Amino acid sequence: MSKLQSQKDYENFRDRLKKKRDPERLLVSLCAGSGCGASGTEEVREALEQEVSKNGLKGKVEVKVTGCHGFCEQGPIMVIYPDGIFYPKVKPEDVPEIVSETIVSRQVIKRLLYKDPVSKKRISKEEDVPFYNQQHRIVFGNNGFIDPANIDDYIAVDGYFALVKVLFSMSPEEVISAIKESGLRGRGGGGFPTGIKWETCRKAHGDIRYAMCNADEGDPGAYMDRSLLEGNPHSVLEGMIIGAYAIGSNQGFVYVRNEYPLAVKNLGIGIKQAEEYGLLGKNILGSGFDFTVKISRGGGAFVCGESTALMRSLEGKVGRPTAKYIHTVDKGYRDSPSTLNNVETWANVPVIINKGAEWYASLGTERSKGTKVFSLVGKVRNTGLVEVPMGTPLRTIIYDIGGGIPKKKKFKAVQTGGPSGGCIPEDFLDLPVDYERLAEVGSIMGSGGMIVMDQDTCMVDLARYFVDFLKNESCGQCTPCREGITQMSEILADICEGNGKEGDIKLLEELAVMIKRFSLCGLGKTAPNPVLTTILYFRDEYETHIKDKKCPAGVCKALFHYEIDEELCNGCRLCALKCPQKAITGEKKKSHHIDQDKCIKCGICYNACKFDAIIIH
Amino acid sequence: MTTIKGEPQVKQEPIDTAYLDNVLEQNMQDPENLIMILQDISAKYNYLPREALNYVVERLNVPMSLIYSAATFYKAFSLTPRGKYIINVCLGTACHVRGAGKIKESLEERLNIHEGETTEDLKFTLETVRCLGCCALGPVITVNEKAYGGLDRGKALKVIEQYEREA
Repeated sequence: MSKLQSQKDYENFRDRLKKKRDPERLLVSLCAGSGCGASGTEEVREALEQEVSKNGLKGKVEVKVTGCHGFCEQGPIMVIYPDGIFYPKVKPEDVPEIVSETIVSRQVIKRLLYKDPVSKKRISKEEDVPFYNQQHRIVFGNNGFIDPANIDDYIAVDGYFALVKVLFSMSPEEVISAIKESGLRGRGGGGFPTGIKWETCRKAHGDIRYAMCNADEGDPGAYMDRSLLEGNPHSVLEGMIIGAYAIGSNQGFVYVRNEYPLAVKNLGIGIKQAEEYGLLGKNILGSGFDFTVKISRGGGAFVCGESTALMRSLEGKVGRPTAKYIHTVDKGYRDSPSTLNNVETWANVPVIINKGAEWYASLGTERSKGTKVFSLVGKVRNTGLVEVPMGTPLRTIIYDIGGGIPKKKKFKAVQTGGPSGGCIPEDFLDLPVDYERLAEVGSIMGSGGMIVMDQDTCMVDLARYFVDFLKNESCGQCTPCREGITQMSEILADICEGNGKEGDIKLLEELAVMIKRFSLCGLGKTAPNPVLTTILYFRDEYETHIKDKKCPAGVCKALFHYEIDEELCNGCRLCALKCPQKAITGEKKKSHHIDQDKCIKCGICYNACKFDAIIIH
Repeated sequence: MTTIKGEPQVKQEPIDTAYLDNVLEQNMQDPENLIMILQDISAKYNYLPREALNYVVERLNVPMSLIYSAATFYKAFSLTPRGKYIINVCLGTACHVRGAGKIKESLEERLNIHEGETTEDLKFTLETVRCLGCCALGPVITVNEKAYGGLDRGKALKVIEQYEREA
């Protein structure tokens, strides 16, 4: 492939690619995102390739191994075009039938179709699955059609056209005002207006500027950045090149977690291919604009997602944040003006340029525009990545798209924003999700983690979980964060272990105020949020732990035990067979008994019992 | 001579200087790329051998204190040898609410080591990670780079048994 040297070169090449791709051709799209990969995509792919060649179908059917389709819980996912037949949880042994029936005879195999857990109906097309049909996928939508290791796939869906438009018909100022008009705000957590960030960086003093991508996706429970980098790395790169043009930068970095090996690999391939095509590097598309991108792999420290810490880490140092009276847009990497945006923010940029700022601003709410990708996980039926317009109510996301809470359990709360966020109780389920509304109820948007919790989640334990997480991740340089969080952690541990005292809640609240006010960086300033929101909305649970020494959810081991209800137990023996400690005894068809001395409270019996006879006491 | 706390008690094999030269070359011998250099060393040895760090000190002309600060700050690095199979239990929020803590406990019990430790035969190291990004499949563990999702206590132990059988 020789380099594309002009707008015309690009357009001719793209049109040739499009012409070659008959929309009526047989195409099998097989998801190989990290979720599906863990569920066995590789075995399915091998079986599929074998079967395709065995049936002499090579050349007649195209097998595309793609990035994340989003419905990760149902992996490995296979979609067969042109009919769009959707097969979830495909196993290698299903493949021969899929090839002979669906690919050769174009027949649907009913038993392999997705069964909607709510309506119990089988659904044959991807677009009719409730998980998908209520989403609005402007950033994620192309993933199913793109082999991330093949730049042609991205160009065939008009990829890099936004870059062409920017390089040949827009000035940097025009790009910045388009981004400002679109209302795009940072998707990594803070929600700072992207256009203003770019403008400040462009105007900052300095000869060299840097455009950077923050892919140190640290919030536990959020993985949209991983899936974007793995599945559609060029959309992120294209956004970065456009941003670099706007701020006047020739050098960029992607700071990516080392825990994401596939993202590192696919991004590396993407950079190399874009360079070969003349879309990155010197004199991009003959426009005279130069931009190169390097990958920097993080070392596994949560605090490095903070902008100033990330810059230090890029410089090969320990990632300790600095005070923010000087912003990284003025003095960042190597003390030069640096624009740092999150993966999803960058991926929104080409969409805005292609479809127009006005169109983009028509999506969402008054102050939060566009869509947001959420990772809908935890105790919800349909787990996966969900892209919806800003302002979509929590209830729509959790119940209509997510299918509600499994196993007939009761919804308790949803946690948004990771360790800096908060827990939102049932009363606020109709809350439209945007930056402001989440802040009003004490949480934050964060990077988009949405962890659903049911009656079996203990809110005190959850607060302890986040505080312990932050205790381990605190860089340790400022006292309020280092000592304050440690104190909180000790108080919460006491409460969970049955040693809670009168006044502990008040002490936690006082510590929270101190940590929030005096910590140096965002990690400390937001660390008390999970504690404060759980106290605000679930104070009675704290009190039950402290006063009655009980954990109603059955999580804090010192505060509960399991018992078998004599009336409900019919002696089926399932619990006794499953108990790893052999702590359950009883005769067949007669009520059983748990030996409390042997029981380790692992909960296997509680989850196994089909008659709800195991009770938390 | 520089010494490092937590130095391994196992027999030290001579370090592969050709590999280290290559790593340094690929990272342009730039101290700014220190974290990636350490990652590459860790990828080969599973930990950061003292000899290798001494070599980096010489070649990059940086103080050992700088390397030591990075090696102890970032979670990806270990100064003691780790097992052939590194088990990472994901303790992300989604895994936590689905019972990751219980999986960690059962693995600790089975392997008779605590989080952060390595079995005597240098076969397994048990570590935890704040989030692996497979949240929809929680609870998740990885063994080296392979991920296993949708686990419970029994399934997690079966995964480990599979590796126990291997040499």
